[in-house]
Amino acid sequence: MNSSLLLSAATFIYALASVFYIGSFSFKKQALARFGFWVIVIGLVANTCGILLRWLESYHMGYGHAPFSNMYESLVFFSWTAAALYVFVECKYKESIIGVFVSPLIFLGIAYASFDPSITSKITPLIPALKSNWLIAHVITCFLGYAGFALAFGFSFMYFIKPKEAGARSLFAKLPEWDIIDELTYQMIVFGFLFLTIGIITGSVWANSAWGKYWSWDPKETWSLITWFIYAIFLHLRLMRGWHGKKLAVVSIIGFLGVLFTYFGVNFFLSGLHSYA
Amino acid sequence: MFFASVKLTVYTLVLLALTSIIGTVVLQHGSPEAYIRLYGPGLYNMIQVLHLDRMYQAWWFLMLMVVLCINIVVCSIDRLSATWKIIFPENISVNPRRFEKTKNRQQFESHLPMDRFARQAKQILAGRNGKVIEKNDETGRFLYAETGRWSRLGVYVVHASVLMLLAGALIGSALGFKANLRLDEGQAADTVFNAYTRLPIKLPFTVRCNDFQVKFYDTGAPDEFKSSLTILENNQESFTEDILVNHPLRYKGINIFQASYGPTTPDKAVFEITDGETGTVETHTIKNGGVVPLPAGAGNFIFEGFLPHYSFNGHDLGEAFIGRLDTTRGNNAQIVLPTRFPTFDKMRKGRFTVEVKSWDQAYYTGLQVTKDPGVPFVYTGFLLMIIGCWVTFFVSHQSVCIGIEQAGSGSTRVWVAGRANRNAQSTNLTVKKLVKQLKDVPN
Repeated sequence: MNSSLLLSAATFIYALASVFYIGSFSFKKQALARFGFWVIVIGLVANTCGILLRWLESYHMGYGHAPFSNMYESLVFFSWTAAALYVFVECKYKESIIGVFVSPLIFLGIAYASFDPSITSKITPLIPALKSNWLIAHVITCFLGYAGFALAFGFSFMYFIKPKEAGARSLFAKLPEWDIIDELTYQMIVFGFLFLTIGIITGSVWANSAWGKYWSWDPKETWSLITWFIYAIFLHLRLMRGWHGKKLAVVSIIGFLGVLFTYFGVNFFLSGLHSYA
Repeated sequence: MFFASVKLTVYTLVLLALTSIIGTVVLQHGSPEAYIRLYGPGLYNMIQVLHLDRMYQAWWFLMLMVVLCINIVVCSIDRLSATWKIIFPENISVNPRRFEKTKNRQQFESHLPMDRFARQAKQILAGRNGKVIEKNDETGRFLYAETGRWSRLGVYVVHASVLMLLAGALIGSALGFKANLRLDEGQAADTVFNAYTRLPIKLPFTVRCNDFQVKFYDTGAPDEFKSSLTILENNQESFTEDILVNHPLRYKGINIFQASYGPTTPDKAVFEITDGETGTVETHTIKNGGVVPLPAGAGNFIFEGFLPHYSFNGHDLGEAFIGRLDTTRGNNAQIVLPTRFPTFDKMRKGRFTVEVKSWDQAYYTGLQVTKDPGVPFVYTGFLLMIIGCWVTFFVSHQSVCIGIEQAGSGSTRVWVAGRANRNAQSTNLTVKKLVKQLKDVPN
């Protein structure tokens, strides 16, 4: 048993969970979503064990570092945080159908890590710049933030498929009430915003101890700030200008595009100091 | 008023987000040649006019920040003067009517007489929330308690933290600097050059690099590199410290970081000189700048220097030694000896062929020297920002009210409801828990 095997197992389990959730939505069978929830929990366990095992393996190879050092490891961790946060939210709000758009995101993260040939899953030694205690704090907080925004994106998406007045027999009748979607989106963004803030701050303090500058307008830094601005706009529009519903969902989706660009776009299109992931 | 509007905040944030993108796409702090090569002379003119080559320092970008600051200050004063009385009231006024239509309101009957139940309920509420306010009217008795009124200040803490951050940044850019320093092993310096302006900056001490070491993983990737630095003051050694990436040296407000490294001229190297006419082969250990006689007294060979990157017909051949052959026949030629191609000098087809046999690789250490008196302000801002965000989003001003009235002989009708300025979920939970506690009141 090694970590790669466990993580590919997690990928397929998440895929199965997505099938259940989407099936539950398409065939209006609540039971399928219930089942999907437990499948996600199993996927999360496999994902957790995979990450821990990979950590252990890096010690056996003599490198000994937390599995947060490259694109592969960060994607695996992204799926983990999103799945963990989703399990928490479903337990708290008792709405299972909201997983219909979130479970595919969880699957896509880890699947992208496994299936893109340009992303290597090899355990490599840590480059000197990453040898710091800040690595764990920075990565965990940033990814909790990303996970919050990913869930908010999944929830906002419902605004664009659910008709205003859904008949009792319609496909969309099972989707939760508008105010619950609104509240969930807001809660996820608040959660993400807090952790993105802490993530930027830990990165900044780390940069100051590694490069001597807490802020150098590096593309990764700048894009994380742009994302932060977008969600700050979201919060002001909702809390101060009374925006809600579809209009606000658009802002949440733009924000998630910012997250995606910060995460992937910067590495693909721009060059900078933050080249590892 | 213009500066007190949230619309302005939103527009400013939108503009900041949009314009920030430019600096991630357009090269920053490049040389004029680089811009002309990348964008052509026409676009370069536009870039210069709009300061897009250093846009995060451009006047219009700073202006946006200033507008944001004024907006924050004016809005905060405006709103705080209105909410001050809510946050710090002289006495809390209770209006049970305001709890009548809350969604979380729950009602039940207790078999206890009203007075006894009220006493117990008051104790429970006081145990949860502290101070309980009691009110009576013709319909019955009300118990009121609240938590987290102060949390309404959280948002002002967040806004203050933004101002603190920007103040720190301003102090840093006015009084601080960022400079690069390249030291060979054994070399010392007391002056560094600003990374942007290239102007010299004198340090309050001298820094000397005693030694540089680099360790590699078996994959060939660098594992760790470190410099042993000695700080000298008034020609006296103050102290010596090793610095690594992520472990800088901080002294007298100046920070010295390990940034990069590279090969530099070795102190000495072993050269093999072959005389093509006689077949004589001689091996010499020569110091940098040293001179040795060629075989058969035909002249001298001089070890002139070292190149980290030798470019030959447009190809980078890597590290190379530079020597000079000065023959008695009057030939005086510089020769280049790339270390990766030991027989390179044979291609010259001269009488003497020189080959570098071995050398002790020497390194220079690339240091980043910074000073930023704004950092304490920025860090205070960071701390305030995290605390403020936490309070703003996760602590709420929550109040609960218990209404008690006589239902019949010896039993009591009770309702419980909660209100909060945010986090309705957690208020619902509070009400649920409180109802459970009240129902469990022993007979």
